[in-house]
Amino acid sequence: MRHSLAGRKLNRTSSHRKALFKNLSQALIRNEQIITTLPKAKDLRPIVEKMVTLAKQGGLHARRQLVSKLQDQEIAEKLMSVLGPRYKARAGGYLRIIRAGFRYGDMAPMAVIEFVDRDVEARGARDRKAAASGEVELKI
Amino acid sequence: MAVPKKKTSKSRRNMRRSHHALTPIYSGECQNCGERKLPHHVCPSCGHYNGRAVLRGKKIDTSSDLEPATL
Repeated sequence: MRHSLAGRKLNRTSSHRKALFKNLSQALIRNEQIITTLPKAKDLRPIVEKMVTLAKQGGLHARRQLVSKLQDQEIAEKLMSVLGPRYKARAGGYLRIIRAGFRYGDMAPMAVIEFVDRDVEARGARDRKAAASGEVELKI
Repeated sequence: MAVPKKKTSKSRRNMRRSHHALTPIYSGECQNCGERKLPHHVCPSCGHYNGRAVLRGKKIDTSSDLEPATL
């Protein structure tokens, strides 16, 4: 019997969950490393790894499928032009999850999820750029 | 109303509490900074894991939501 195989709902409706993973995927691809809760990281990994596989295929159809999943041209472009070529020789396992203690307030297990061979500069690059151009103030 | 007929003896009370013990937290020392850290977890004080800097930036405090100090 296939009891208890339904997967995590994360206390969200189907559409909320879909939006959550879209947002987490965008953040992860943009920054190449994010901190989230362990269950979210575990569910996010196969979603983003499948996107990298799609990006490795290349071509217009793959690109459109990525845009449809991510709803973001810029992020899809990064997958196609940066991450796809980077992982050409790697047969899966593009992401790494490392446990990172428990959150103050609710004891939720936290995790760092990052791309293997990540570009260290990618994390927070957009925020630094915005701060440099004077659009926003950088809060430390 | 239902009430206990007898006072619970010290022996009975203690036998009940024999299962209440807390399990110890296993922790080791970080290979990088020597602080206490949980096994299979990134070090909360220096952000290293397995000899690699996972989280960059200065001291990372577990009590402050694990946000790295520098962007």
